[in-house]
Amino acid sequence: MPDDKFNFLLRMGDNALVLSQRLSQWCGKGPALEEDIALTNVALDLLGQARLWFAYAGELEGKDRDEDQLAFLRDAHDFRNLLLVEQPNGTYADTLARQFYFDSWHYFLLQELTKSSDARVADIAEKSIKEVSYHLRRSGDLVVRLGDGSEQSRSMMQAALDDLWMYTGEMFKADAVDEAMTAQSIAPAPADLHAPWLAHVQGIFEEATLVLPPANAWMQQGGRQGKHTEHLGYLLAEMQFLQRAYPGAQW
Amino acid sequence: MVNATLPATEQIWGWLHEVPDPEVPAISVVDLGIVRDVAWQEDGDEPECVVTITPTYSGCPAMGVIAQAISETLRQHGVNRVRLATQLSPAWTTDWMSESGKTKLKGYGIAPPVQQAIDISGISRRRNTAPIACPHCGSTHTRVVSEFGSTSCKALYRCDDCREPFDYFKPH
Repeated sequence: MPDDKFNFLLRMGDNALVLSQRLSQWCGKGPALEEDIALTNVALDLLGQARLWFAYAGELEGKDRDEDQLAFLRDAHDFRNLLLVEQPNGTYADTLARQFYFDSWHYFLLQELTKSSDARVADIAEKSIKEVSYHLRRSGDLVVRLGDGSEQSRSMMQAALDDLWMYTGEMFKADAVDEAMTAQSIAPAPADLHAPWLAHVQGIFEEATLVLPPANAWMQQGGRQGKHTEHLGYLLAEMQFLQRAYPGAQW
Repeated sequence: MVNATLPATEQIWGWLHEVPDPEVPAISVVDLGIVRDVAWQEDGDEPECVVTITPTYSGCPAMGVIAQAISETLRQHGVNRVRLATQLSPAWTTDWMSESGKTKLKGYGIAPPVQQAIDISGISRRRNTAPIACPHCGSTHTRVVSEFGSTSCKALYRCDDCREPFDYFKPH
């Protein structure tokens, strides 16, 4: 069904867009100038990737919706991003934990998508993975530096990684959309990404002298089907305000 | 049929060589390696010049300005029908940058990428990188201040000898 592919593309675009918006909220408030610049550069990469996914989704849908309409004129229940990426920025450790879990998953997913049977998906993945490998090197590095740092940085990093652990489960759970994408060799089965993801995350935890949360922990889910935490509505209210208040406004 | 009044594509490449990168005006968009192809397309009416470009970073805010600058430059040379096409694959890397482009970067005060962008998709934290020479004094006693600089494509470095900060164009 073309609907399945549209949904798959929205999920890719929404993850990138929502996380980009979250990271942009750090602009001008980073703990150090270098971190401020780094976070906003990562946000910019993700925004560019979101545009590529949305442009394709809009063309495929054939209802004349462009990337801006998909970003600014959909309500929370129409968003298909992971619950993880909409979680608030919290402390810098919270932001890094969110980024590290996401980057690790994003990297292994994109690696598989470069082999997609859909040439345009493969092209977008090939472009994106170069940027995402940089994001992952950076977030992994910082998790190690804070984890294997002072008593305080270690306890904050551990607490942040523990808190967000329950949002990692839905990255590996398949629904009908995923099954259709896997059957057409457009995308990998989500469960297949778990082993490489866990191996990488485990390696960084060890280097950082941190304790990996239990494998059988209870996992939250629903974002990919449009059931979000309360945080997404507030994020969208801020992001979409201008286009909602002044439809078609441009500069 | 070849239209005798159309400028040759080699000529157009030459004109594009005059279009500066908006963020790094010392080098042209051709030096930077983002122009993939120039071709004439005949579709019945007036032939159309199709310039295929590739983004450096997917979120690079300069792409819009670059596309506009290319169209305007070609129009000034009498090419009225210009279409910009975007191509993502093969993805742009700094290996596409010309040698003359790298020399011009250095002259402008930006250290050019010192290694080939071979391990761009690697995720190991520890990577051996060749020493980066300061574009001002040539010393290799330099260190990274920030992995991200004034634009996505650059990192911020500092020279321990001449004490000057400088931008490094990252292998990407």
